[in-house]
Amino acid sequence: MSEGVATAVDSGASGAVGARGFWADAWRRLRRNRAAMIAAVVIVLITLLAFFGPALSPHSFDAIDWDHMAVPPGGPNDHWFGTDRLGRDLFVRTLHGVQISLQIGLLATLVSLTIGLTYGATAGYLGGRIDNLMMRFVDIMYALPYIFIVIILSTLFDRGNIFVLFLAIGAVGWLTMARIVRGQTLSLKRKEFIEAALASGVSTSSILLRHIVPNVIGPVIIYATLTIPQMILFESFLSFLGLGVQEPEASLGSLINEGAQEMESAVWMLLVPASFLVTLLVCFNFLGDGLRDALDPRDR
Amino acid sequence: MIRYALRRLAGVIPTLFIIVTLSFFVIRIAPGGPFDEEQALPPEIKANLEAAYGLDKPLWEQYLRYLSGLVRGDFGPSFKFKDFSVTELIAQGLPISLALGLSAVLLALAVGVPLGAIAALRQNSGTDYSIMGFAVLGIALPSFVTGPLFALVFGLYLRWLPVAGWETGQLRYLVLPVVTLALPVIAYIARLTRGSLLEVLRSNFVRTARAKGLSEAQVLFRHALRPALLPVVSYLGPATAFVVTGSLVVETVFGLPGSGRYLVQGAINRDYTLVMGMIIVYGALTLLFNLIADLLYGWLDPRVRYE
Repeated sequence: MSEGVATAVDSGASGAVGARGFWADAWRRLRRNRAAMIAAVVIVLITLLAFFGPALSPHSFDAIDWDHMAVPPGGPNDHWFGTDRLGRDLFVRTLHGVQISLQIGLLATLVSLTIGLTYGATAGYLGGRIDNLMMRFVDIMYALPYIFIVIILSTLFDRGNIFVLFLAIGAVGWLTMARIVRGQTLSLKRKEFIEAALASGVSTSSILLRHIVPNVIGPVIIYATLTIPQMILFESFLSFLGLGVQEPEASLGSLINEGAQEMESAVWMLLVPASFLVTLLVCFNFLGDGLRDALDPRDR
Repeated sequence: MIRYALRRLAGVIPTLFIIVTLSFFVIRIAPGGPFDEEQALPPEIKANLEAAYGLDKPLWEQYLRYLSGLVRGDFGPSFKFKDFSVTELIAQGLPISLALGLSAVLLALAVGVPLGAIAALRQNSGTDYSIMGFAVLGIALPSFVTGPLFALVFGLYLRWLPVAGWETGQLRYLVLPVVTLALPVIAYIARLTRGSLLEVLRSNFVRTARAKGLSEAQVLFRHALRPALLPVVSYLGPATAFVVTGSLVVETVFGLPGSGRYLVQGAINRDYTLVMGMIIVYGALTLLFNLIADLLYGWLDPRVRYE
């Protein structure tokens, strides 16, 4: 542990070569964290299964099998996880849902990362009254639980438009990111290399993009990993309430909702998607924690 | 302290005003209205309906009317629950939601703090690991998974408690929803308490207290616990937001007639006034609880001074 800290401090002092040392070091720390590594492997496996698994099954996610309605898993048929009340194959449907949840999680994280990075860097760098105004707005948004903003947004747009859902979810996740980036920027802008850039006449937008943004990327990565499961959770939450993905499409949230309604007679409809969601969330949390420990040794 | 509280309370009003204004205009700019049904209404009927609800007036006039209504506590009529005003719907559902939320927070404190303290006092023991393992699970499991699972196990299989529903005054109906709602908060509070208590137990004044010859229990209750609870208190603000969000799910899962369900229904039906009314009430509540948490923090931590 102390050895790791020493290397990290070294890398700070010795510039470009040391920067590689920092990442190598982080990677070594991450690899030693067994929980995080197992989590990473499980995430990769689930992702592969989600994207290639449906091709293994003869069924499609929205096809109705009139001969096998609400059959439990393990029956003498090729519905490996059983079917729902309409005779749709739960194996394919769940994997389809995992696909959608993963995609939304990633895209929404990207959206919130982009907005947060731009907003935070701008506020922190410009400072003064603009900073005050911009952060005041963030404070107000913070006062409302995120989910309300998403609910307002989902009231507005056509439900079932998954692309809009990506944007809406991403658009509320940027607040914390903006705060983190702003804090980092505030301390960066007093540094000599920014002053040098200013003195040589570089424009504000170039300073932000070329000098500020690359330097805040470390904490941003940590936070982004922890954002992905949050976004997956958001999406499932909305779909569970019926505000997200609409029939016949499926996401883990909407499948869990259907399962919860049928649990008296078809408990597998609840258990199958729920176990996928729980596994994914737990794994992402372990991986995120591991990454934080690996990239930010001070925290330990 | 009282002056500080009043000033903070006054600060809530502009924030609320901005929330009202933003949500009003964002909702009205959007395409589609509450009367765009799957079966299109004849244009005359639609025009009449819109006139009845004042939707044909210019936007700024609607806004002013809405504001002047708000001041009198009138959130306007619900578009979809005919014959009900939004105020009536909220007045009907909010007490249930509040009871649910407050019991969940109290339960979370009553269980989470002792759990965290036990884990800290037996650091690196089996007890510690199992409590922290439980905490990881509790934080990772969303309430829309735990809720149905609890209903399944305790309601359907064991038949200890009702699966869903609500009969006034019957506590049995509240047990599963409250536990579901409290679980992630318990987990988070346990983690916070453990972390900060570990830190406090290593500090100088605790060493002094021990050197003075106090028993471990005295050290814990008279000296260590109070500062260790500070992070928990500052988490109470976000926790209420969390509980409010969770109550949307829990009320849906367990079929409770609380106000969270109206928010979800309103959003599905594009019932503008209902959604706005709910957002304003929940927004105000969140602001209020944040304020209470801040005041509590100052009361617990003598280092905090209100200017």
